[in-house]
Amino acid sequence: MTTAPALNGTATRTSTMAQALNGALRDAMRADPTVHVMGEDVGTLGGVFRITDGLTAEFGPERCLDTPLAEAGILGTAVGMAMYGLRPVVEMQFDAFAYPALEQLFSHVAKMRNRTGGKLPLPITVRVPYGGGIGGVEHHSDASEAYYAHTPGLHVVTPATVADAYGLLRASIASDDPVVFLEPKRLYWGKTEWDPTAPVEPIGKAVLRRTGHSAVLITYGPSLPVCLEAAEAARAEGWDLAVLDLRSLVPFDEATACEVVRSIGRAVVVHEASGFGGAGAEIAARLTEKCFHHLSAPVLRVTGFDIPYPPPMLEHHHLPGVDRILDAVARLQWED
Amino acid sequence: MTVLDHRHTAAVPGWLPGATAPRTDPAPLLPDTAPVRVLGTPAAEKADPALLRELYRRLVVGRRYNQQATTLTKQGRLAVYPASTGQEACQVAAALALGDQDWLFPSYRDTLAVVSRGVDPLEALTLLRGNAHTGYDPRASRTAPLSTPLATQAPHAVGLAHAARLAGDPVVALTMLGDGGTSEGDFHEALNFAAVLHAPVVFLVQNNGYAISVPLTQQSAAPTLAHKAVGYGMPGRLVDGNDAAAVHAVLGEAVERARQGGGPTLVEALTYRVEAHTNADDATRYRQDEEVAAWREHDPILLMERALRELGLLDEQLVQDAADEAEALAARMRAEFHADPELDPMSLFAHVYAEPTQQLREQAAQLAAELAAEAEVHH
Repeated sequence: MTTAPALNGTATRTSTMAQALNGALRDAMRADPTVHVMGEDVGTLGGVFRITDGLTAEFGPERCLDTPLAEAGILGTAVGMAMYGLRPVVEMQFDAFAYPALEQLFSHVAKMRNRTGGKLPLPITVRVPYGGGIGGVEHHSDASEAYYAHTPGLHVVTPATVADAYGLLRASIASDDPVVFLEPKRLYWGKTEWDPTAPVEPIGKAVLRRTGHSAVLITYGPSLPVCLEAAEAARAEGWDLAVLDLRSLVPFDEATACEVVRSIGRAVVVHEASGFGGAGAEIAARLTEKCFHHLSAPVLRVTGFDIPYPPPMLEHHHLPGVDRILDAVARLQWED
Repeated sequence: MTVLDHRHTAAVPGWLPGATAPRTDPAPLLPDTAPVRVLGTPAAEKADPALLRELYRRLVVGRRYNQQATTLTKQGRLAVYPASTGQEACQVAAALALGDQDWLFPSYRDTLAVVSRGVDPLEALTLLRGNAHTGYDPRASRTAPLSTPLATQAPHAVGLAHAARLAGDPVVALTMLGDGGTSEGDFHEALNFAAVLHAPVVFLVQNNGYAISVPLTQQSAAPTLAHKAVGYGMPGRLVDGNDAAAVHAVLGEAVERARQGGGPTLVEALTYRVEAHTNADDATRYRQDEEVAAWREHDPILLMERALRELGLLDEQLVQDAADEAEALAARMRAEFHADPELDPMSLFAHVYAEPTQQLREQAAQLAAELAAEAEVHH
């Protein structure tokens, strides 16, 4: 990472999201000896996305453990480690490769605090590179957040900026509850300037990335840059769009979302996962229930299609883009 | 401290450079051809008489516990009870083979092992009574919650043992499974992780012949389940699971070996589930009375009584004390389970997260309002 000259008295730096995530792991391991990183290829190689680069060199092969290739075994082992007082950070190599671990996640990780009456909380962070847009072949591009968000007991966090990647990962590792930390892999390599000394924000706070009065785009993770681009393009149509970044699906920051929707009156939820039974369905239903009298139009959803993830040469037709978002904005009953 | 082994084996003569050679000699890992037995053999004379008497006492009390719990299901006082009747030798020997600092990772049929470990007999039954998932403090008792999804607790045992080893603590984890559980992926992943991490963990498979209704022949084509250990690079042991002294000896060796840094062991104990799978099962649909009768002749309490008598260790006092303790426990269970427990509906929302989410707070308020409305109607 390159440290930029101090800006307004803060030590900003320019780095990619991948570097910020790596820095978060490193700083968490330095700060707390119970933090252990484990997964496939996380050691010598530094992970297939290099998020764990250099951790074995600095902390040794026990603190950053190359495990056998078995996701249920990795997460199940992490459960036992957490029961003994460690704070495991598990890497699932790709979204769809996490599925063998779902039984451990759903039946044990999510429930252990509850089924032991609070006696055995499991402070485990499960990092999952997720989503499409990188030309990945089959089983490398799933947006799998709805499975996790539907499971009580899990926090589901997904950063969309470099600063949030650092801050939310630190907060997730510090959490005494299990966190599924979804890393939008198509945002891994975008460089931005950010302030690593900024205070770490708690999980569960949505943030308004752009103000506007015509409608609000509600989104998270990989779809945030698309929504910001759409908001910029919308100016030519005469729309002034706000963009709300949820940052976590669980907890869902309903208070902030409702406040924004009530003040603007029109909302579109945007995500790349399939729409049916997706996070957008839940969010749209909730906002309709809670903000009905403030709405000038139904809350719309812009999502990926309800299809298995397509081959990479066709994925751009599946992923929501600026045009699909603007089409939805156009359908927000402006005639009224 | 470096505890991970990155063992390199010298080239084996006759193998080509770069070709995959056996990294360890499989022969010492193989189980004995016949199950290890102590009772009724010369080994019994060398066994500690106090241990044998203690095992006897625990078997008698354990049998009564199983019987009383089964009766309570018939009276509607327990939601379900997967009895370990006939398997008491494995249950009590597993608990007795562990030290206070060690951890037990039981599955749903292992309530008796949990009790034998020192957990209150009533707290151990909350899952099966239906009033709480886990009635005991797992940390205080170093006993994990009873695991219902098969074999999923096995990797937990590995992880805990691994963490203890990293900390330099002489802690061993023992996990209990059934023959059906050995078909689950988590069983295999746990064995592999344990061997690779050299974790101080013992896997006890109680092979009772049936996974609910499916016999072992349709479950596995392995020579024995203990042979599965060899493929993962750990020793497999085969033991008569109704011989409490033998199970205790084999598990004791495995626990000590793990504690000394020798790595994991897989133990297959040959036993039999005398009762049906649970009170909801009808075992006559899939097995013959003659088979059950034969196993009743090989009952763990009969074996122990016979051995103690031969050794001159079965005195009137021991028999009476064990019977009294068993009846006292049964009476306490009947008394405690006579009435339904007082439960707080609002506890539904406790311990989902460290801090409840806004949505859970609203749902708790909703339930509170529903309860208030109900109370109003009842007045």
